[in-house]
Amino acid sequence: MRKIRRLLENKTGWWFLSVLAVGWVAGLFHAQPAGAEYADVVLNRLSEANGVRPVIYPHWFHRIRFRCKVCHSELGFKMKAGGNDINMLELMDGKFCGSCHNNNIAWGLENCHRCHSGLKGLETGIRGGHKAGGPGVW
Amino acid sequence: MGLSWRRWMFFFCMFLLVFPALAGDKRVWKPLDKDGLHDPQGPSIRELQNPADALSILPPDLIGNMVRWVGALDQGFIQPRANLQPGTKVTVLDMDLIFGKTGDQPYVRFPHKAHTEWLDCANCHEGIFKTKFNASGITMAQILEGRFCGVCHGAVAFPLTECTRCHSVTPDSFKGAFGAQNQTPAGK
Ligand code: HEC
Ligand code: HEC
Ligand code: HEC
Ligand code: HEC
Ligand code: HEC
Ligand code: HEC
Repeated sequence: MRKIRRLLENKTGWWFLSVLAVGWVAGLFHAQPAGAEYADVVLNRLSEANGVRPVIYPHWFHRIRFRCKVCHSELGFKMKAGGNDINMLELMDGKFCGSCHNNNIAWGLENCHRCHSGLKGLETGIRGGHKAGGPGVW
Repeated sequence: MGLSWRRWMFFFCMFLLVFPALAGDKRVWKPLDKDGLHDPQGPSIRELQNPADALSILPPDLIGNMVRWVGALDQGFIQPRANLQPGTKVTVLDMDLIFGKTGDQPYVRFPHKAHTEWLDCANCHEGIFKTKFNASGITMAQILEGRFCGVCHGAVAFPLTECTRCHSVTPDSFKGAFGAQNQTPAGK
């Protein structure tokens, strides 16, 4: 207590405190969330083993354009990361991502790199910067 | 003299402390090249949209995607499609359920309306929940393990750390019977 008092009684003490405060505010503005955007899905059951980058699927981007029921009811995506048997033949058949990425509803499958955009070594699963690692990890 | 610089420093520090509260929208999203998922060397990184560009104009939240998705939809900020084939049936149900087996926590209000705006009945019935109140045996422990409400909450919808968004009904404000509520709550 007495030390804090003494700090407040001289100019250097005040400067010290204000530098701390400036640092604190600057820290607030530069604060970064922990990692991947909430609800991003990594799909790497087959990709890397077949020589392409893992697929990153962003929920935030698609839910601005489609309600959940479009994918999880109409198109039959099961609500489980890694739980659907997705491969390129299915997509070319117009299933899963290929229902939309067909140069009609969205750009087509020739844009390999837009889906296969992940870093090597990622594991299939749902990600999120806010404590959510999907079921069981919240 | 001695007092005045000290007073000025005091005001300066107070201003710095209060400033963040006045500074408005402080939400931050990781850019794709630093999110630990996208390959910053890959050809797509310049073509894909950064979350901040799309999400910063939507109603703010402090968690998840930092977006109040229910508000964004209700207030028309976004108009996500409800079906691809014109023949697909789209149903919205306006029925709240109040759950009472909540221990020392407030009761849980489950709004069918907010959910069926996004989801189809078949996304929950009968796979995740029975179509009968209190028939599914929901417990908090299983929700935290990723079952029941935890299939979506903690994965895509707002996370389970937000206790009071589900546990939103205090026992002294609710005197009716648990289960389906016939009247829509006041103010709605
Ligand atoms: C709309 C998104 C999308 C586009 C565009 C796309 N893919 Fe894929 N691809 C996927 C998904 C999803 C999987 C399954 C990922 C997994 O589980 O590893 C996959 C799997 C693969 C696989 C492994 C499985 C298999 O079927 O052989 C290869 C190889 C592949 N893609 C190559 C390509 C090439 C080459 C292109 C461009 C001509 C391409 N992909 C474009 C989404 C896409
Ligand atoms: C454009 C299509 C699309 C839309 C729209 C969509 N999802 Fe998904 N969702 C997916 C895909 C793809 C996966 C991953 C499936 C896989 O890995 O096989 C997934 C996975 C999931 C999972 C499983 C996560 C886990 O923990 O394993 C949940 C839960 C989920 N989605 C909920 C939702 C909710 C809630 C909405 C609406 C707010 C929604 N999704 C909208 C495509 C979509
Ligand atoms: C219901 C339709 C639909 C489905 C299913 C779908 N997408 Fe998309 N996706 C879209 C639309 C629409 C866009 C935006 C296209 C545009 O901007 O022209 C898009 C854009 C994208 C983008 C680019 C995002 C950006 O930053 O610009 C990626 C990556 C993507 N989708 C991956 C996938 C993958 C992987 C799957 C399957 C797991 C999938 N999509 C399934 C409709 C869909
Ligand atoms: C997604 C909605 C949701 C969230 C978020 C949530 N709960 Fe629950 N909680 C429920 C439901 C539903 C029940 C079951 C009520 C019933 O069956 O009557 C429950 C039950 C409970 C119970 C009663 C005992 C038990 O195990 O079932 C406790 C205690 C509880 N929750 C505490 C919490 C706490 C603490 C948090 C925040 C960390 C939390 N809940 C977050 C939905 C939620
Ligand atoms: C997000 C998940 C979800 C969706 C989507 C959903 N429900 Fe439910 N529903 C529930 C839950 C949770 C219960 C209570 C189950 C329990 O207590 O065991 C319930 C209960 C019911 C009940 C029984 C009420 C009572 O008084 O016993 C009916 C009827 C019902 N739902 C109809 C529907 C219809 C119709 C739709 C589509 C328009 C729908 N639900 C969509 C989660 C959902
Ligand atoms: C199939 C997915 C799913 C399940 C299961 C689910 N929810 Fe939700 N819930 C959502 C989505 C999507 C939203 C929209 C908000 C968001 O994405 O954060 C939402 C929003 C909510 C809201 C906010 C409504 C508002 O007006 O802001 C509450 C409260 C809620 N859920 C409670 C529950 C409870 C309690 C359960 C379990 C009995 C449950 N949810 C199960 C997907 C689900």
